[in-house]
Amino acid sequence: MANIDTIYGFMEFIYKKYDFLKDNEINLVYDGLITHMITKAFASLTEQRMENEDESDPVQRKVFHVMIECLQNISKHAEENLPGVSSSLKKGIILVSKGSDRYSIVTGNTVETDKTDELYSMLEGLNALDKEGLTKLYKTQLKNNTLSDKGGAGLGFIDIARKTGEKLVFEFVPMNDKYSYFILITTVLRANI
Amino acid sequence: MEPLIIKAADDTPSVCFDSDKGIFEISGKSMPEDVAAFYDPIIQWVLRYHSNPNSSTIVTLKMDYFNTASSKLLLDVLIKFEELNAAGSPVTVKWYYHENDEDMKEAGEEYADIIEVPFEHIAY
Repeated sequence: MANIDTIYGFMEFIYKKYDFLKDNEINLVYDGLITHMITKAFASLTEQRMENEDESDPVQRKVFHVMIECLQNISKHAEENLPGVSSSLKKGIILVSKGSDRYSIVTGNTVETDKTDELYSMLEGLNALDKEGLTKLYKTQLKNNTLSDKGGAGLGFIDIARKTGEKLVFEFVPMNDKYSYFILITTVLRANI
Repeated sequence: MEPLIIKAADDTPSVCFDSDKGIFEISGKSMPEDVAAFYDPIIQWVLRYHSNPNSSTIVTLKMDYFNTASSKLLLDVLIKFEELNAAGSPVTVKWYYHENDEDMKEAGEEYADIIEVPFEHIAY
C-alpha cells in the first residue's frame, strides 16, 4: 500500500475502512500545501460551486464551515519540516464527498505521535456529549479561552461537532516512531439537521 | 473621533465605526489568518469611544460567515460595548441573519445570552 500521507495511500485506506465512501461522488480532493491563501481559494471555489448545485442552503453552509475549520486547523497546526517523513510544511489532504444522504469531509494531516493521546481524549470527549452539552462547552470555552499562541480559539472541533450533530470519526495511523497520520471524517447530513 | 473604516476583503468583514454618523457596523465574512491583528484595532477604537460615547449606541452585526477564531474576537468586541452599557451609556445590538441561516440565528441568540445588552434579532 502506498504511504498514508499520499493521496493514493489515503484513499486506499479510507475506502477500505469506510467503504460507504466508495459510492459517493467526490466533490473535491486535494493533497498538498495547506496555507491561508489556499484555504481562501477553497472557500471561494466551494461558494461558487454550491451556488450552482441544488443543495439546501443550511447544508451548504455547514459543509463550508467544516471545510474552513478543518483547513485552518491543518494550516495552523500541521507539523512543519518533518525529517524522514514525506509530509512537510503544512501539507494535508482534504476530500469532500457527497453521498445520497450526507456529505463526508475527510481530512488527513501529520501529527506527532506524542500528541495523539491528548487529541484522542479530546475528540472522544466531544463525541460523548449531546448537542446541549456541546453548546454549553462551546459557550464556556468562548467566554474563558484566550487565543492560543497559534491564534486559534480552541473552539474548532467543538463547533464542528455541535453544528453537524454527528459523531466525529477519527483515527491516528502510525507512520513511523515519531509521527502519525490524523484522519478525521466529519458528516453533514443532507436532510433537515 | 476619527471613524474606523475597513473595506471588506475576501477573508475579513467590512467595518464602519463612525460615532458622528452613529454607525457601528461589522458585516460580511470573517476568517482571517490572524484574528487578533484584525480585531485589535477595532477593540482599541471602542475603548477610545468609551471616553466620549454618543447618548445611545446601536451596534449592527450583519455577518455572512465567521470562523470559530473570529467568534472569540467578535465576543471581545461585544464585551467592550457591554462595558460601555454597564457604565451608563446605553447600547443595543442589532444582529442580522439570512433567513435560511439557522446557525447565524443561533449565534446571535448565544451572544445575546452572554452579553448583557439588549439584542434585536433581524432576519433578512
